[in-house]
Amino acid sequence: MNPNYNYAFLDEGSKREIRRATLKAVAIPGYQVPFGSRELPIGRGWGTGGIQLTLSLIGPEDVLKVIDQGSDDSVNAVNIKKFVSLCTDVPTTVHTREATLVQTRHRIPEAPMSNRQILVLQVPLPEPLRIVEPREEITKRMHAEKDYAPMWLQLYESLIRYGRVTLSSEYPCMVEGRYLLNPSPIPRFDTPKLNGSECLYLFGAGREKKIYAIPPHTKVQPLAFDDVPFRRETFAGKRCRLCGSENTYLDEMFDAATGERQYQCSDTSYCQEMCAK
Amino acid sequence: MAYVAVSGGKEAIEASIRLLDWYRSGTPLDLELEAIEKKLSLLVDRVMGEAGLYSPAYAALALRQCEGSVEEAVFLLRAYRSTLARRHCTLPADTAGMRVVRRISAAFKDIEGGQMLGATYDYTHRLIRFEADSEGAQSFHDRLRALCAAQPPEPITPCPRVSDTLKRDGLLDVYAENNETPFDVTENLLEFPAPRSARLQTMARADTGFLSGLAYSSLRGFGQVHPTVGELRTGYVELCVPYLFDSTQSIYVGEILITEAECLTEADDRGQLKLALGYGAVFGRNENKAIAMAVVDRELNHPGPNPAQNEEFVLTHGDSLEMNGFLSHLKLPHYVTFQSKLDAVRNTRRQGDESKL
Repeated sequence: MNPNYNYAFLDEGSKREIRRATLKAVAIPGYQVPFGSRELPIGRGWGTGGIQLTLSLIGPEDVLKVIDQGSDDSVNAVNIKKFVSLCTDVPTTVHTREATLVQTRHRIPEAPMSNRQILVLQVPLPEPLRIVEPREEITKRMHAEKDYAPMWLQLYESLIRYGRVTLSSEYPCMVEGRYLLNPSPIPRFDTPKLNGSECLYLFGAGREKKIYAIPPHTKVQPLAFDDVPFRRETFAGKRCRLCGSENTYLDEMFDAATGERQYQCSDTSYCQEMCAK
Repeated sequence: MAYVAVSGGKEAIEASIRLLDWYRSGTPLDLELEAIEKKLSLLVDRVMGEAGLYSPAYAALALRQCEGSVEEAVFLLRAYRSTLARRHCTLPADTAGMRVVRRISAAFKDIEGGQMLGATYDYTHRLIRFEADSEGAQSFHDRLRALCAAQPPEPITPCPRVSDTLKRDGLLDVYAENNETPFDVTENLLEFPAPRSARLQTMARADTGFLSGLAYSSLRGFGQVHPTVGELRTGYVELCVPYLFDSTQSIYVGEILITEAECLTEADDRGQLKLALGYGAVFGRNENKAIAMAVVDRELNHPGPNPAQNEEFVLTHGDSLEMNGFLSHLKLPHYVTFQSKLDAVRNTRRQGDESKL
């Protein structure tokens, strides 16, 4: 910990302001709360929304886990942990169960999370309606009026054209039947974990200056037609080459020497625990 | 050195940072901070402006730390800015009382208070001087300082604005002074339509290249504005903060160098024409950015189909930190989302799939 910086880098007033926005987000599940996003020594677009949430929440009693693409050892995760340890003395862990705060990019851990944990998600584009409407002024009005027709139309058009809903990750979800929410670029595989969860999900978009939340036990439904169910990515017939899991999200990769196609768990911590069993 | 994102990230980052030091240590010659600050001042000005932090010494420090990359230097200053408590707000600075070092008008041959060409590269021949300066740095410095010291000092007289004259003639609309607290985009999310103070603050901090390109598109026909530079002035402006114990008093805290531009265009005035004004102001001597800002400010009053006329487009895409942050994030691993994309693509290509409705 570098004593030249305030605890958790930001000044106390900024942290309090971020926590106020967070409380509002928890009170209105799925609603994007604007906040005065601060600049950090880490690039905008590299998780600064998530980091600001983490910095505003973290205290000496916390245990932090940071993952990127499911991995604790990925360059971005390492870099964020390095930054947090520059300005706090909080211990870090790779074990999901030991952490009080988990910051993540693109994944929700495979191990279920409990009600004493917070999962902070880094969000590049918080606005689920951005794919149908580029103007913030208009999308804000659409949310106010709960006008999600263009989004349904988008789903319908992709069905007609491709016979499938072609949205891949960051699949839009309705929260408690009121706000349409972008769950950040988690794969569809992770989307059902948002529904009726035990832990608090916080979403931070630093560049876009928005915070939103899914509190525990909230109803979160991916947009889907009654007769065309929502589908997750399938890895049928494939298993992790390391731990043998058949029910996890797999990374597809190619052997550096032979070029052979291989699969292994994207959640490296879960994979190691399964290997150890 | 292999780049392995999934494992060995820590070692790779450490090695990468060592390698940066290798690039930064390319020659045994020293790059002194004072030399960067005083001899690369236009670069320093640009960095301070885009960072929104007036500190030539820290801008020089930042530039030296990142091999002279503008966006990295802006980044360093912005991040440093986040650590500073905001203890005071200066009173509005009166640029009419500016200690002018350059002042020109393209609208009138002669203006009240006079034109002063000042320092500009506009009228130099852009020929690289291949022969190295034979004069040493010390002698160069001393000679120019002596030359300046030998001049009799001119009294500082406040210059009226060119636009004041046009306002008196009834050609420009006159607005009441707006003393509302300006919207601060560094502490609030910008919402649209944006207050003008937010628009001007955002553009003053915008990337120079972005703003210049937008203004250029407007001049070329993707817009309505081909303005006349009514006035461009560069000079030192005094900054004061309120004195806590006596509201009629203020405390002088220093001066900053800024460039201010006012651009004039024709505008409709119910069956006849009038003039309208676009305004730009930036830190230091970044003249083209000040002019570009004035052009775009004017353009934003004409909602229309062109990029420079779309307020949300202009104000959300010009921040150096934001654009470079998001562009560079594309270098981060995206295995999970790409896997998800692959799944979506492959699903549409399956022959005889049960889902072909």
